[in-house]
Amino acid sequence: MGATPAFWLFMGPFLAGLVVFVYLPIAWSFVLSFNRAQNTVQPREFIGFQNYVDLLSPGPFLDSLWTFTIFAAIIVPLTFVLSLLLAVLLNQITAARAFFRSAFFLPTACSYVVASLVWKLSIFNGVRFGLANQVLSVFGVENIAWLSSVSPPWYWLVIATVRLWLQLGFYIILFLAGLQRISPELYEAAYVDGAKAGWQTFRHITLPQLRTTSVAVLLLNLIAAYQAFDEFYNLLGNSSLARPPLVYLYYTAQGNQDYGHGSAGAMILAALIVLVTLAQSRVYGFGKADT
Amino acid sequence: MPAEMSHLPASTRRTFLALLGALGAGGALAACGGDTGGLDSGGSGGGKPTLKQWYHLYGESGTEQAVQRYAQGYERATVEVQWTPGDYESKLSSGLLSDSGPDVFEYQLNVDMVRSGQIVSLDDIVGPVRNDYTGTDLTATSLDGSTWGVKIVDDTGFLYYRKSLLAAAGVQPPTTMDELINASRALDRDGVKGLFIGNDAGVTPAFGGGALLDLVLWTAGTANITADGRIGFTTPEAKDSFRKLRELAESGSLLLGAPTDWWDPSAFTQELVAMQWCGLWAMPKIKEAFGDDFGIVPWPALSASVGRPATFLGGWTSMVSAKARDVDLAKDFVKWLWIDNAQAQEDFNLSYGFHIPPRKSIASGAQKLQEGVAAEALRIFNESAVAPNPMWTPKMKSAFADAATAIVRGGGDIDAELAKAQQAVEAELARLAA
Repeated sequence: MGATPAFWLFMGPFLAGLVVFVYLPIAWSFVLSFNRAQNTVQPREFIGFQNYVDLLSPGPFLDSLWTFTIFAAIIVPLTFVLSLLLAVLLNQITAARAFFRSAFFLPTACSYVVASLVWKLSIFNGVRFGLANQVLSVFGVENIAWLSSVSPPWYWLVIATVRLWLQLGFYIILFLAGLQRISPELYEAAYVDGAKAGWQTFRHITLPQLRTTSVAVLLLNLIAAYQAFDEFYNLLGNSSLARPPLVYLYYTAQGNQDYGHGSAGAMILAALIVLVTLAQSRVYGFGKADT
Repeated sequence: MPAEMSHLPASTRRTFLALLGALGAGGALAACGGDTGGLDSGGSGGGKPTLKQWYHLYGESGTEQAVQRYAQGYERATVEVQWTPGDYESKLSSGLLSDSGPDVFEYQLNVDMVRSGQIVSLDDIVGPVRNDYTGTDLTATSLDGSTWGVKIVDDTGFLYYRKSLLAAAGVQPPTTMDELINASRALDRDGVKGLFIGNDAGVTPAFGGGALLDLVLWTAGTANITADGRIGFTTPEAKDSFRKLRELAESGSLLLGAPTDWWDPSAFTQELVAMQWCGLWAMPKIKEAFGDDFGIVPWPALSASVGRPATFLGGWTSMVSAKARDVDLAKDFVKWLWIDNAQAQEDFNLSYGFHIPPRKSIASGAQKLQEGVAAEALRIFNESAVAPNPMWTPKMKSAFADAATAIVRGGGDIDAELAKAQQAVEAELARLAA
């Protein structure tokens, strides 16, 4: 069955949109990254790899990669552990199953921008009528300026909680699907052999069976962490306190109107994500047949 | 699927889909015609050219109707006004890169717009009335020996203070940084903080913050780039100024974490602080909240012997895009509206919000600026306002702000951080000199 006219009729608009809005800008950006493009998007002044060299020398872009590392170190393990824990708990509930699953999944439908603004203006604002500060004042703790305090850096708490609230539901669903694929006969066999329910079966049966799901969750989580933008942009803005790569590149390209460096940074980031993905597949054997 | 399972015979399905396709194609063709999006501002026939004018959203009610009124009064062309809420800067940058951007727009002058040829020189229309603008206004709109914009509104900022609270604490309005730190400490009591300069202690430009990035240098007698084009933020006075600002930030008397930043007087009007650095635009709201119980001073000098009190020159400048279809017509419109039309200038500045008309003759004759705190505001503006340097690019500002954030909020080493910023700024200056 080749590509019939009906195929092109249905796929045509989608493919056209993909080419015009995704592939063409990527190619243009690639070309721009080898040019000096200040206040213009025309590639007129070829400068070779200078943009890349500028970005990879000590400076704000490398600092942003460091910020990303801290962020990933916080969010990836937390998301993994919490979503696995909640999925296991949700799997065991017998009453009001649908309600609990919906309750955890609903936040994924909420926009990052809306959630960030609610966190910033209402829950974690630094004055006495912020929700967190009101709760703290019940215990006699003074107002904390959550997003302004540098020592200790409370803004990490705000960023981590907003992202956890928004994305846990998605990973819980992934783990639930993985859990439901585990054959109950494995557990029955284990109980017959004298294994105790709880941590023993979790460690020796559940976790190994969830291997592919775990790898998928970790990979998706890491890529999502690389692309972190919305919560940082809305909570902290152009603040050197915690400025991940995409926020820095956004301000470089759109703010400073420096499209050459912005494009180069985007290419570097894309290359990094590809490298990490390939490395993870190599380490975890992702894509090989299940043993 | 078998024929008897579908509800309609095949021929009817085909005609239905064909009709849908024809409708879709017709709609696409209709959308292709005419690029005004269907909105004509009356009388579009008859060969009058069209000018596109872009504004950002001024918060005061009545401003949008006012600019529409002015635009309709121009007889040589049909002026389409675009009133942009939200992120005007990004929209403007994208518009100037494309061919369907504005002919006339408002912004602040920066060197890259000039060097990349995005705007045209306005020497011929500003020249005859140069003396009617303050020196700071001319500095803010000039570069490389030419004038590139006409000021629409002039804004400035003050340290607003509650007279009653200062009297109760036995404190005078501060004139030096030491006085300010002591006053802020003394006023930090009874659930009210001493001073609000932004959620970032004035040094991080996120969300319109960074209020003190220029002031910390101007009040120490220097500037980020001096008049002869050299870096001015590594002088001993500048470092002392940073030390004082760090002392203020670490005093614990600053309000941090308010829902809005320094440009919104809510923290002051809701009595969360006794003093706030805020702008001229906030005066009507503050007057409404406190009546006479407030005063204003410029940002205090570094010390009695070093520097002088200063405030910023803000506001918006009207510029003409180099890609305008008829540049001369666009220039004529700018001259007609913001230079010749004194009534429009006074109306726009003073009838809806509170700004200072840029032309000195209009400002000194305006009724609303004659008495009380308003007259004091005009005096502070004329005496202490310092113009921003158009050579200071956003990249330089970002590097300098990173250093200031590390010093003031992070307790970093002043010499090391400023040296890093100096490197970045020098690289930019080299790029601009090339």
